Amino acid sequence: MSADFLYGIEVIINGLMAGVLYALVALGFVLIYKASGIFNYAQGVMALFSALTLAGIMSGQVPFAHLINAIFGTDIHYFGWNVPVLAAIILTLIVMVIFAWGVQRFVFRHLVGQEPIILFMATIGLAYFLEGVGDLMWGSDIKTLAVGLPQGGSLWVEEATAGLGGDDFFGFFIDKLDMVATVVAIILVAGLIAFSQYTKQGRAMRAVADDHQAALSVGISLNFIWILVWSLAGLVALVAGIMWGAKSGVQFSLSLIALKALPVLMLGGFTSIPGAIVGGLIIGVGEKLFEYLIGAPYLGGATENWFAYVLALLFLVFRPQGLFGERIIERV
Amino acid sequence: MNQNAVMDKDAPYVTEDGRQIGGVMMDLRNITLRFGGVEAIKAISFDIREGEIRAIIGPNGAGKSSMLNVISGFYKPQEGEVYFRGQKRPPMKPFQVARQGVARTFQNIALFEGMSVLDNIMTGRMGHIKSNMLAQAIWAGKAQREENENREAVERIIDFLEIQAIRKTPVGRLPYGLKKRVELARALAAEPDLLLLDEPMAGMNVEEKEDMSRFILDVNDEFGTTIALIEHDMGVVMDLSDRVVVMDYGRKIGDGTPDEVRNNQEVIDAYLGVAHD
Repeated sequence: MSADFLYGIEVIINGLMAGVLYALVALGFVLIYKASGIFNYAQGVMALFSALTLAGIMSGQVPFAHLINAIFGTDIHYFGWNVPVLAAIILTLIVMVIFAWGVQRFVFRHLVGQEPIILFMATIGLAYFLEGVGDLMWGSDIKTLAVGLPQGGSLWVEEATAGLGGDDFFGFFIDKLDMVATVVAIILVAGLIAFSQYTKQGRAMRAVADDHQAALSVGISLNFIWILVWSLAGLVALVAGIMWGAKSGVQFSLSLIALKALPVLMLGGFTSIPGAIVGGLIIGVGEKLFEYLIGAPYLGGATENWFAYVLALLFLVFRPQGLFGERIIERV
Repeated sequence: MNQNAVMDKDAPYVTEDGRQIGGVMMDLRNITLRFGGVEAIKAISFDIREGEIRAIIGPNGAGKSSMLNVISGFYKPQEGEVYFRGQKRPPMKPFQVARQGVARTFQNIALFEGMSVLDNIMTGRMGHIKSNMLAQAIWAGKAQREENENREAVERIIDFLEIQAIRKTPVGRLPYGLKKRVELARALAAEPDLLLLDEPMAGMNVEEKEDMSRFILDVNDEFGTTIALIEHDMGVVMDLSDRVVVMDYGRKIGDGTPDEVRNNQEVIDAYLGVAHD
């Protein structure tokens, strides 16, 4: 096999794994949109906030330390202990569930039946609120997230595949973190699907996504389901936050990964979980392959920044409901 | 003879076709419902007795559906009390009412269009699943047994309503008449004590109406389910129901057996006279 061909495959594999990360972010959007019709602009900030919280708890940071010090004239910053990863993740999840409850109790409960644009505006407010809370709670410095995920390329893969090509092929370069992210994402998605297909709460979630009135009439509490859905979105945000945070550090620009999810959603549709995954993979592979084949040689590179959006635009023109979204049929 | 028994409020009696009618199950007292300045229901009182088929009739806009929505918790009346099984019911959300054993169907069908017929009916079993979330997800022991029991209950209802052929069909693809039947199946799956049907036969042809009438009678007969229904077709109402409430412009203008209602002059003026001239 020629080295060029093999490098092409390497690009595709890396694209697939980048796509998994995009899909993770998009998944959070889909969960909430399906169940409540809310396009949650705050999903990216939720990823940031959960990553900040996780990093803060692990390093034993005192939440709201600046505020406490300013009011009481104290000078505390750290508890002086380190929390093990697993315990910190569980604590962070609890924080995200409390956040989900608060969002439902104080924001969306009062906005039931409002126009989608009003709900969307509310989530923009929520995004900035949450960013502010994150800042106040954990400080604005960049944190490293050392949850023990492997970093760098996998030598094992490189050596195992080096023999495939000729002399100028040195094996596939595959990031270990990407590999872990892929495995975690697969487990997460499988878990979500098992949950929504086989559990009473999952069935109730699908029911609410389909018809509120009918759901009420069979004894489903909309309020409970919405809290559940926001909690699940919080879980997905945490996973995305860990993966992206481990990759590039926990900083406030992390919330911008939400923008990467937009083209994924346009491809996959806003209402489909498989759509989010396939959309993520297509975007991931598409932008890497485009950069490798056309961008770098002919366009001066850096096409990865905009390729996804152009692809999404094309989709908007030819298939506005996305690959798997519900067909938009107007009955006359 | 039976007439006297109906007059005596709490005494159980047996209908001519041998069904047991028990005491009062749901008692509505002085219900008033307003939307802004419009009074949809004006101080109406009536009761629903255990095991009976109770019809609510009246011209369009009489407030029948509003009444049903009050019973099922979708609307909150400004005045009046609802007594269920002798207890005063506090203000409740619709899902809480449903969990008390009150199932309903809607005038404009509210089904889960994206789900199969089977899944739709399974949602009716929601209140009968007790095992925890994790056990259900990994399909362990008790959860599996429970799921099987629920599945059997659903299959019985599917047989009962003769919809075996469409079990796996997504509801969105079904014709109107069958959707109505699936909605009834979902309500029945909850094994309700009180079943509320909002125009179960609206928009159906004669044959479909006959089928639906038969199902309603069978449900009442075989499961002993108490049924309150709204219907426009007078022939159907007179054949099906044990007692009839007549509403007009939000007021109650008649209440009694079909025969009594038929001969009530105010009812004839308001409704029957117009409909049957």
